[in-house]
Amino acid sequence: MNKKNKELLMKYKSVIGLIVFSLIIAVLNDRFLTVSNILNVFKQTSINSVIAAGMTFIILTGGIDLSVGSTLALSGAIAASLLASGTPMIVAVISAILLGAFIGFLNGIIIAKGKVQPFIATLAMMTIIRGVTLIFTNGRPISTGDFSGAEIFSFIGSGKVFGIPFPIIITIVVFAIAYYILKNTSLGRYVYALGGNEEATKLSGINVMQVKYKAYAISGALAAVAGLIVTARLSSAQPQAGSGYELDAIAAVVLGGTSLAGGKGGVIGTIIGALIIGILNNALNLMDVTSYYQLLIKGIVILVAVLIDRDSE
Amino acid sequence: MENIILRMENVRKEFPGVVAINNVHLNVYDGKIMALLGENGAGKSTLVKVMTGVYKRTSGDIYYKGEPVEFKGPKESQEAGIAIIHQELNLINELSIAENIFIGREFKNKFGRIDWKKTYIEAEKLLNEVGLNENPKEIVGALSIGKQQLVEIAKALSLNAKLIVLDEPTDALTDKETESLFKVMRKLREDGKSMVYISHRLEEIFEICDDVTILRDGEFIKEEKIENLTKDKMIELMVGRKLEEQFPKINHKFGKTIFQAVNLENKYLKDVSFGIKEGEILGIAGLMGAGRTELAKTIYGVYKLKYGKLILDDKEISINNPKDAINKKIAYVSEDRKKDGLILSLSVKENIHISALKNIEGKLGYLDRKKEKEDAQEYIDSMSIKTPSMNQKVKNLSGGNQQKVAIAKSLITNPKLLILDEPTRGVDVGAKKEIYDLINEYKKQGMSILMISSEIPEILGMSDRIIVMHEGRIAGELSIKEATQEKIMSLAVGEQVI
Ligand SMILES: Nc1ncnc2c1ncn2[C@@H]1O[C@H](COP(=O)(O)OP(=O)(O)OP(=O)(O)O)[C@@H](O)[C@H]1O
Ligand SMILES: [Mg+2]
Repeated sequence: MNKKNKELLMKYKSVIGLIVFSLIIAVLNDRFLTVSNILNVFKQTSINSVIAAGMTFIILTGGIDLSVGSTLALSGAIAASLLASGTPMIVAVISAILLGAFIGFLNGIIIAKGKVQPFIATLAMMTIIRGVTLIFTNGRPISTGDFSGAEIFSFIGSGKVFGIPFPIIITIVVFAIAYYILKNTSLGRYVYALGGNEEATKLSGINVMQVKYKAYAISGALAAVAGLIVTARLSSAQPQAGSGYELDAIAAVVLGGTSLAGGKGGVIGTIIGALIIGILNNALNLMDVTSYYQLLIKGIVILVAVLIDRDSE
Repeated sequence: MENIILRMENVRKEFPGVVAINNVHLNVYDGKIMALLGENGAGKSTLVKVMTGVYKRTSGDIYYKGEPVEFKGPKESQEAGIAIIHQELNLINELSIAENIFIGREFKNKFGRIDWKKTYIEAEKLLNEVGLNENPKEIVGALSIGKQQLVEIAKALSLNAKLIVLDEPTDALTDKETESLFKVMRKLREDGKSMVYISHRLEEIFEICDDVTILRDGEFIKEEKIENLTKDKMIELMVGRKLEEQFPKINHKFGKTIFQAVNLENKYLKDVSFGIKEGEILGIAGLMGAGRTELAKTIYGVYKLKYGKLILDDKEISINNPKDAINKKIAYVSEDRKKDGLILSLSVKENIHISALKNIEGKLGYLDRKKEKEDAQEYIDSMSIKTPSMNQKVKNLSGGNQQKVAIAKSLITNPKLLILDEPTRGVDVGAKKEIYDLINEYKKQGMSILMISSEIPEILGMSDRIIVMHEGRIAGELSIKEATQEKIMSLAVGEQVI
């Protein structure tokens, strides 16, 4: 193999890995490679993908956001209760997203101004927001109710456009915007710079704190979008929704080749990472692997993928 | 013929898209110091990294003590008796001198407990050997760079190294520290150790080295005994042509006073006042720790002012952070490009633009890629930045070329006042001249330049006026006519000069 090919192979190794992985599963199970199952995989991946898109921003800055699962739950609960009380849908949706962004912004302030480690700050926020959600919902699911636009709202979770599930369309839009921001705007450049060398970024005249606020606000807002999808699909908000989702999102980002140290990676990798996790979940279900074994296998696959990735550096 | 301890033959090293060295030969003689010379990016660091197994060579042979060797990593070459002291020191700041020296090879008693007594005694012996008068319990982070350098050498000795490679060790040393380093090197040579010495300071080569190997653009040019070379000859071999006058002084009329610092005072500064005119280069001399970098960083908004005013264009300005400074057209090029200056993980193009993205920002925050490329190319050309492409990560450039990127990144903000902190640190002779020419070019256009430098010839050669700092104060000001090396030094050490 000549060098050019080798470089190309390195560049697209995650895509190649994803395809090879899918083919193996297709051979093992003939129900995998059907249009309806593939759409199903994409649909189920959409929630993790949307959260992971936001997580990519955070990890690129060298941070981490553990509070996304709780934010998902609280935003969903707020949306559901607003809808149930007859608020117009558009207002409910926007309020939920703004709430998510605000929680993220608070994370940003605590981390940038309060100089608290991102891990600790968002761990605390995760617990606080889960608490707020439980208080707000009284620990019980909130049904979106029989309001006049109920059907339109549930479209967010289970509608279809030209046969494509709506959550997939949301995911595509989210990733397109995230890609645009990271690739083509100053904010994107600053996110990479910050993760690469915070001190030099500051000395380059960049308001590092603002970059952090924005990154965490984006992550919070996207967690809220995921919360809306979940709530719309079930027509109710669960107080325990999203528990543990932060870990799947982090796994997707890292599988996608973004470095936990910051400064390296991007959202394209994250989609692939999320798909690998999604396909794995799907395949294990198709093959009737029990949930205990599913966890074990999932963990091993993540570890192996990251090791392969590291080796080739 | 002398004995050769290490010989490299036809060594080639490729990186993706770059041939860093090709067909290079290097002989290191028993008990001799071999200088390794070449411009920035000539391949010196790469060559010694290949020698010690940090990089795997693409082709070529290495013989150590007559045997062909293939070191798989620095640990293997270390065990074989080759120590390398990288320009970026590899010490752990939070640990003590003794802990650093014996890290990974601690003395233990039979219960696995570290034998501290023995550790300190052995460390003490090594420190004596390198002439470092410090308690081995001292934390390394508290030492000056020069002393840290000596700790690295002590560590090399503890490994019983036969061959020690020093990659630009004097880059950040004061003259005194350099002198004591040389004393240690001479002593090691007498003890029969061999050394490879990399530096851009050619005077040092004559002082300390026995032989010289010259590289240019990754190719081997010549090996020669030091006696057979002159400085001009050396430069000609390195650069491939003769260099004219190093400091082409520009005499022109200055404009009005554009910037004034009035009674600046904070933790680092005491009552510092000065002014600078349009088109003037004001040199700031002083010893390390005199507060020069702190002065620059205070003006640039990194450190807070306690008292005092900054006046730009006859208006008092307040600067609270570097962003304010850049908006007010004040730029700063740090002395520490890796830590404060560059984002090594980003490309050359991205680094050049990072402080001035708003110049290329369009609708929806979309960055104008075409203009970005054009601007980057302009600086790459005008500063002769050696890089395979503008998309190369800055991390992969040679030290001197990194420095040029750091300067370009400030120039692109189009400053009225440019503060240069050790602008030619680690830069080769040819590139130094290019940087001087560039500074002069901007001076001609009316930019005011504050130039901090520890190299007195540079201060004398470039400045229109010189202020000398001592312990956070301005110890004196000299016009370029009256300034001499002696006057600068005596002000710098705190003696009064009339
Ligand atoms: N890891 C790397 N990846 C890609 N290119 C590299 C890498 N390391 C060095 N290079 C390239 O190899 C060439 C030689 O670099 P090297 O660092 O050896 O130069 P040098 O002689 O030590 O220069 P300086 O005096 O500036 O330190 C340069 O063109 C540099 O850009
Ligand atoms: Mg070098």
